[in-house]
This record gives sequence, structure tokens and C-alpha cells, in this order.
Amino acid sequence: MTSILLAIVIGMVFGAALDRTGASNPNWIVRMLNLTNLHLMKTILLAIGTGSVLMFGGQMLGLVDVGHMSVKSAYVGVFIGGLMLGTGWAISGYCPGTGLCAAASGRKDALFFIAGGLLGAAAYMVSYPWWKSTGMLDNLAGGKVTLGAVPGAGYDGLTGLPGDVLGIVLGAVFIFVAFVLPERLAGTGAVVSPAE
Amino acid sequence: MPLNWKKGGVLLGVVFFVAVLLVKPIGVSTQFVILDGMIGDMINSDLITKTADGFTSTNAYMAKSGGKYAENAANPLNYSFVFVIAMMLGAGLSAMLRGGVGADERRLPAIWYANYGDTPVKRALMAFLGGFIVLYGARLAGGCTSGHMMSGLMQTSLSGYIFTAGAFAAAIPVAMMMYKKEA
Repeated sequence: MTSILLAIVIGMVFGAALDRTGASNPNWIVRMLNLTNLHLMKTILLAIGTGSVLMFGGQMLGLVDVGHMSVKSAYVGVFIGGLMLGTGWAISGYCPGTGLCAAASGRKDALFFIAGGLLGAAAYMVSYPWWKSTGMLDNLAGGKVTLGAVPGAGYDGLTGLPGDVLGIVLGAVFIFVAFVLPERLAGTGAVVSPAE
Repeated sequence: MPLNWKKGGVLLGVVFFVAVLLVKPIGVSTQFVILDGMIGDMINSDLITKTADGFTSTNAYMAKSGGKYAENAANPLNYSFVFVIAMMLGAGLSAMLRGGVGADERRLPAIWYANYGDTPVKRALMAFLGGFIVLYGARLAGGCTSGHMMSGLMQTSLSGYIFTAGAFAAAIPVAMMMYKKEA
């Protein structure tokens, strides 16, 4: 029951955060992806950096359970699937989570995105044996690996670097890039940016 | 207008951190499979079946990893599914509290209008097509923007970097070709 309660609380805050950051607004997604306004990119980079520093910092201080990490496998299909997701993300301005949030906030086109998504997921479920047979789902570089070995996490490190320190350093890099990234990389003129 | 990136980024980062601190990293796209499984099992009750030590499915994807997807579709009152329902509720409430998404935007996003005019049917078709490709790709990759990109990069996972490289390598040129006019 505790886990259901946590799902409700964390889920609701996550949904509200996606709404408030503009991530569930296809206009802000497209402005980021066509490089005309990188405001949402800065938000995402800062979020990843903040999350990383807090999580690895908390682990090093013994405040965060390393066992809660969950690393996904690396295989060729991850890249191909990434290319596909990126294509659909640009076309629609939605990804799975933000499409659901957009529909919940009243956007009609998001309902069509969800319908397409349910069909796309079903199509994958049917074609899964074929992908499996191609070997493109076989692990690459050890599969579930982190860039450095995180103490106690049970995942191999791609390099021999200490994974927790590396996580904090990379987190800092993400935060740094968020600050130095220009407001736009394509097009001209002043960009609309939300007030601080 | 959304939150400035400094506040928004910290807010979103803290949410991703709290999820790992208390439970596990955030992910969404698997729940499309779970909902498909629930719908499929309603149409054909042979899709998901109970076994001596859990659940299995006639669909190889739902049956993999000891039938964990089949089990979650049979018991939707689990953390990950409830999380996604709550996420929608939170987004809807948040949008309402800030005055709601305007009627024009609900009908057609401004960026679409600027590039393709008042063509809601065409937009609906493209949103449907986009959704199909997004979820097919997310399941092939084993995660989406939440699970692979945000949670993955945050944990320094190799798969997160591979996924993110693929996603942006495709998304940027497609967006630049499709949406030339700003809004």
C-alpha cells in the first residue's frame, strides 16, 4: 500500500513538473528540437545534472540506497529505437509521458498521439520475436553498465573510473552546459524566455 | 509561460532524485504495453494466463522476463501503472491551476498553426503517426525520454547515452525540416 501511495504522490508531482516546465507543450518541444529556442533544453540539462549530483552525492554520504538504481541494457536496438522515438517526437511534439500529460491538460491532438502510441506499442509486441532473432537485442559492452563502476550498485563499469565520483562530475558538466548553452542555435531575433 | 529553466530544471531534477531515493527511477513507456495487455486480454482472455508461480502470456513480449508485463497487466494496481495515472492527474490539475490550456491551443498547437495553417485533421493524423513511431521505438529501445534519457543519463548508464544520441540525431533534422516557421 505504501508503494501505491508513493506512486500517487511522486506521480502527481512529476506530472505537475512536466506541465510547469513546458515539457508537455508541443510548442516548447518543437522550439527545442528545431533549435530556435533552447529554453527547455536548459531545463532538461539542469534537471539531469541536479538529479545526478543529488543521487551520487547522497550515495557517497550513505543517505541514498544504491540498490534503488535501475540501469537498462545497452544493445543495437536502443540506438535504432532512439532514432525512431526522435523522429516521432519531432513530428508530434510529444514523447510518451508528455503526450499523456498533454491529453490530461486538454490538448486534443495528444489523444491521437496516445491512440497511435497504443497501436505502436502493440505492433512492437507482435514483432518482438523478429527483433530478437536478428540479434539486435543482444547486449553490447556488457549490457547493463554504467560509465564508471558505482560502488555497491551491482553493475559493471564501462571504465575503471569510480562511478559515484564520475556521476557527480558529469552532473556538474550537465549543469555547466545548461548555463552556457545559447538561447538559440538556429534562426534569428530575440527569443521568448520565461522570466526568472 | 512555463517556469524559468533554473527553477524548472531544479524542480524536475529533484523529482527524478526523489523517485530514486524512495522507490526507483521514473519510466513511462512500459505502461503503454501494460494498457495494451489489459485491452487485449479483455478482447481475448487467453492473452494473459495465471501459472503456478505467476503469470504468462501467449504474446512473447508480455511473457518475457518471467511474465512481469503479463503480471502487471493482470494486476494494474501496481506502482508503475498508478504512477502514470497520477502523473496525468498531476499535469491536468497543474494546467487547471494556472488557468488552463487555451481553447486555440487545445484545438491546435501554435507551432503547427504557424507552419501548416488551420489543419486540425492533418495535425491529428501526424500526431497519431508520431505516437505510433514514438512508442514502437521506445519499446524497441526499452525506454523513452523519461526512463532512458532523464533517468538513464542521471545514472550514467551507457544505454542512456546511446538512446539520447539516437533520439536527438533524428529529432533535430526532422524538426528543422518540418517546422521552419517559428511561433
